[in-house]
Amino acid sequence: MLSHKHLLGLENFPREDIQNIIDTAFNFREVLDRPIKKVPSLQGVTVVNLFFENSTRTRISFELAQKRLSADTVNFSASTSSLKKGEGFKDTAQNIEAMKIDAVVMRHPAPGAPKHLTEFIDAKVINAGDGTHEHPTQAILDMMSLQEKFGEIKDLNVAIVGDIDHSRVARSNIFGLVTMGANVTLCGPPNLIPDTITDLGVTVNYNIDEVVEWADAINVLRIQRERMGIGLIPSEREYRKLFGITGERIGRNKKEIVIMHPGPINRGVEIDSGVADSDQAIILDQVLNGVASRMSILYLLLGAKDGGMK
Amino acid sequence: MKIKKLPKKLLFQNTEILDPVKRTNKKGNILLVNGKIAELGIFESPSDIKSIDCNGLTLTHGFCDLHVHFREPGNEDKETLESGSRAALAGGFTRVCTMPNTNPPIDSPESVSYIIEKSKDCPIYVHPIGAVTKGQQGIEISEMGLMNEMGAVAFSDDGLPIQNGLVMRKALEYSTMLGVPIINHAEDDCLRCDGVMNEGIISTRLGLPGNPNMAESTMVYRDLKLAEMTGARLHVPHVSTATSVEHIKLMKNNNNNITAEVTPHHLFFNDESLVNYDTNLKVAPPIRNDISRKAMVKGILEGVIDCIATDHAPHTLHDKETTFDLAAFGMIGLESCFGIVKRVLVDNEGLSLINFVELLTTAPRKIMGFNCDLLKVGTEAELVLFDPNEKWIFNNKNVFSKSINSPFYGQKLVGKIKYTISKGYISEIS
Amino acid sequence: MNNNVQIMNSKDISQKLIRISHEIIENHTDIGNVVILGIHNRGVPIADRIKELIFDITNINLPIGSLDITFHRDDFRGRLSMPEIRGTDIHFSLDDKVVILVDDVLYSGRTIRAALDEINSFGRPSIVRLAVLVDRGHRELPIRADFVGKNIPTHSGEHVEVHLEETDGKEGVFLVKENN
Repeated sequence: MLSHKHLLGLENFPREDIQNIIDTAFNFREVLDRPIKKVPSLQGVTVVNLFFENSTRTRISFELAQKRLSADTVNFSASTSSLKKGEGFKDTAQNIEAMKIDAVVMRHPAPGAPKHLTEFIDAKVINAGDGTHEHPTQAILDMMSLQEKFGEIKDLNVAIVGDIDHSRVARSNIFGLVTMGANVTLCGPPNLIPDTITDLGVTVNYNIDEVVEWADAINVLRIQRERMGIGLIPSEREYRKLFGITGERIGRNKKEIVIMHPGPINRGVEIDSGVADSDQAIILDQVLNGVASRMSILYLLLGAKDGGMK
Repeated sequence: MKIKKLPKKLLFQNTEILDPVKRTNKKGNILLVNGKIAELGIFESPSDIKSIDCNGLTLTHGFCDLHVHFREPGNEDKETLESGSRAALAGGFTRVCTMPNTNPPIDSPESVSYIIEKSKDCPIYVHPIGAVTKGQQGIEISEMGLMNEMGAVAFSDDGLPIQNGLVMRKALEYSTMLGVPIINHAEDDCLRCDGVMNEGIISTRLGLPGNPNMAESTMVYRDLKLAEMTGARLHVPHVSTATSVEHIKLMKNNNNNITAEVTPHHLFFNDESLVNYDTNLKVAPPIRNDISRKAMVKGILEGVIDCIATDHAPHTLHDKETTFDLAAFGMIGLESCFGIVKRVLVDNEGLSLINFVELLTTAPRKIMGFNCDLLKVGTEAELVLFDPNEKWIFNNKNVFSKSINSPFYGQKLVGKIKYTISKGYISEIS
Repeated sequence: MNNNVQIMNSKDISQKLIRISHEIIENHTDIGNVVILGIHNRGVPIADRIKELIFDITNINLPIGSLDITFHRDDFRGRLSMPEIRGTDIHFSLDDKVVILVDDVLYSGRTIRAALDEINSFGRPSIVRLAVLVDRGHRELPIRADFVGKNIPTHSGEHVEVHLEETDGKEGVFLVKENN
């Protein structure tokens, strides 16, 4: 049972709920290993995937999760132009709800859009990424992967490397990991790490070699060229030199650190091909855990009469 | 000027040794062996080696100029690394930092490498400053990390201001992980407009478009506040207005990351000198009125401004011998610097010789992190010998730059460079 | 006032399980094709005991797994609270196997229906049989047990509680009258 009706973000999300979601997700991992990967738990439940931003992976992951739970799934991929055409956000939302649906999984370019949505509809809302704000299901699958690898998240040294300022993956991971008691260090170009970020309980270190030595696990963020206005990163080769998770950097370490990446990977920029394909990288496990985590979230939010609320 | 390789052993006899680190000025000898200081102080002069009688001369650290334009690559007709080195030696300078506004500009690790490689043959130490933005366009920040690795000691778009505040902010933030200063040529493009000289009564009389003080001071203020916000290092080049000095003084109260320089011409001239439309006095930022000039003098005497830097900017006759509005901005300054600044600060204002020498030696070196303690046994010889009392008149025979655009010809100076020693060479400045 | 009547003690339980084990062996000449699946929660330790008993008798170690039917419940969305999930653990295919489902109490039959549903995800058994320690009647679905420890008829307002050493720290089967 979760204490919130929706999953909008991990900021102020209780530790017990995160642990509950992760533990339940491991049960769904087992379902994904069966010959027939289906359980009837959400039979008769209708979920709409409302994606205002391009995303193949996350949407497929959610769709699979929904189908494996026997829920009915509807996909709505709106380009922002259809929004401009006149049907406002509120109208779109209410139109969909009028068709009697139980939950909306939404991805939108504007921070706060899912919260906004909850003001117009009664259905449960799951945030699949709202601009540069949060991407809570990604952080949950990341933490599930860490728990799978290390047994426990508390006191783990986790580094997040990249364009922190524009990353919803970073924000959700920061909120979640700090809640679960991990030690979090951020690394990246100083002009892409807001200086107030330390207020969230993380440390900042611009020296990637020191960070690689300290960390038990590194979450490597994708360099998002489409989010950069004035060339904030001078060039890919400069980024790789200063922050790239290269074979040499990892090789220098005696400790076998775990490498994570939310995907898609820019091979040879933020991470070398060799590292991404190595045994230390759990990138493909993250993908599988993504389906399991999303099954867990849907199950806990939508199962039980009052949708999981106490 | 004769530049010769240092003999295996060379003795400077009976010279005043001015040590700006220990703050002493005592008579003694200096023995150089294989280009390094072997002995210094009072010791028995060996008789069988080459020696120079330095009676009446003062020996100190070679001077360091943080701000020169050597025009290579692209404008080798104005100056080259080689000819700029000669001009530097003539002025007593052994170490310079070159600005990146060449053609093409120094905005990549490859071009920094080019300067590093080419200047290996120069008789002085040349440190490239890299461009802050690609092509100095003021839009995208350049590969500062890779350039720093190749040898760039600081970053500047000098010649051009970084007009966009966001770009300046991001550049400052980015530089914090490298620990090197950003040097912004602070002149608001909009306020400056087409000004060619200081905006004031003189520009009104001459009918020339004026460049107001505020074009500089507002941008200096912006840069100082951004530096404070980001924790970055900022070096303010060629300060020219009293208000800029005030801003810098206030910020320096609790911020150790701010430094500033002033040019000889901003200490020496005021805009009244421009009544004859002398294009050699056309500079950016412009030569201001005497109130500003006095504020520059006060600023450097009080330590608000940290050091002298010439902004040595060679231009061909073709670029200067034209009407004032069309003439290029800039003057050469390496050869005249010592005499001119000494006249203003030491002769006129009574600054001590030691404090004066600091402004040309330890102060600039400290800003760039170069070794400051040059009068130590075992160090590579990087020295200058000058006659503090020799009277002379600056003329074009004293210029070794390829260009001759100087407004100082005919000035009566007291204090002349006699020898400059660096990189295993000794230059005799006649 | 609560009426707590003990119907079986530790020795009774043991006897019933021994008998069930013999019956299973009697009924399946090809004992090698048999697998045992215990249904969480208390069906699991009972399944373990049956497996051990069968080993004692035949010297054959039957494959054993556990079933958590939470995700297959038909009352899932109607409940007010979330049941605790213990997890399904089956490491072998059920294709063409004889599956013995084991649970502590057979009541409405809905748990068994969910278990049958879940079994489908692991293959197609040739036969599925049900062994329970207690059958308390009141079926809501057409489901019956093949091997029963004891029939305990109940009325509404009564339920059967099974305590096992492994789960509760003590042994006993109790008929409990609820207070209304």
